[in-house]
Amino acid sequence: MTKKKKKRIVTQSNNRCKGCRFCEISCPAEAISVSSEVNAKGYNYMEIDHKKCTTCGVCYTVCPDYVFEIIEVA
Amino acid sequence: MTEKRIPKTLVEDNKFCPGCGHGIINRVLAEVLEEMELVDMAIGSVAVGCACLMIDTFGTDWVQAAHGRAAAVACGIKRVRPENFVFTYQGDGDSLAIGFSETMYAAVRNENITAFIVNNGIFGMTGGQMAPTSLPGQRTTTSPAGKDPSLAGQPLNIINQMRQLPIAYLARGSVGSFKEIIKLKKYIKAAVTNQIEGKGYGLVEILSPCPTNWKMTMRGALDHMGDNVKNFFPTGEFIKEGVHTDA
Repeated sequence: MTKKKKKRIVTQSNNRCKGCRFCEISCPAEAISVSSEVNAKGYNYMEIDHKKCTTCGVCYTVCPDYVFEIIEVA
Repeated sequence: MTEKRIPKTLVEDNKFCPGCGHGIINRVLAEVLEEMELVDMAIGSVAVGCACLMIDTFGTDWVQAAHGRAAAVACGIKRVRPENFVFTYQGDGDSLAIGFSETMYAAVRNENITAFIVNNGIFGMTGGQMAPTSLPGQRTTTSPAGKDPSLAGQPLNIINQMRQLPIAYLARGSVGSFKEIIKLKKYIKAAVTNQIEGKGYGLVEILSPCPTNWKMTMRGALDHMGDNVKNFFPTGEFIKEGVHTDA
């Protein structure tokens, strides 16, 4: 019997983002880009292209503002 | 592969500028304290500067010392509460300019505390003045033509100052890239472990970008760290468990 692998997804809290772009610079899949929309703090927040995203977790590690989380879904 | 969730110790959003390395260091420190189950017994000592903004957002107990005196206060706390994990968290201006004496003498006495020094080469909170760690030629509000080492001295390298002391742990990390942040977590964990095991003073200096006061974009600040800052401040572990390494 094989163990079913859980799916990982990236969630983001756009209102925490200050638009520094460290995630965009670091993303190995080039899945992150800056949005034209502005968040509650007045910054252009970052958007993830979920088709390109590999949920590697680099964005979680480099983000100074705790925007991203990697969670497992059943 | 596991989940990566924001540590619960970070009770509020941080108050730092966009791209500031403090936010990353706060998260890494919170992760280490949670993994080692030390959050409830940790007491932090901060003084003045951007670093002390974290006392509102980082969910451990804190004492705010007079400017530069965080190490002296931490030594006192540790002596009366040896069962607690006691650490200082300061910027380079606070710990290496105003509080250089306190920082050094805590190490000279090999006090059983852990010091985290965030080095961004500038006085951030007061608006970007020259610090002892500013690089030669660095433009700041008090050195608009660039820092002249013949007038202001070479950048102060705290690792070189402490390398000959009988302390337990000494390392310099960086938040300049993903790989360096992973290494930094290892250094912080080792420094914390040294105190818990009663081995003595541990210090981790952390190179951090300050895009706001460096007047750079994030990419420019990260390139500056890789191309210039690391030439003056090489990273690695310099003393491990009281033993000098060749790093």
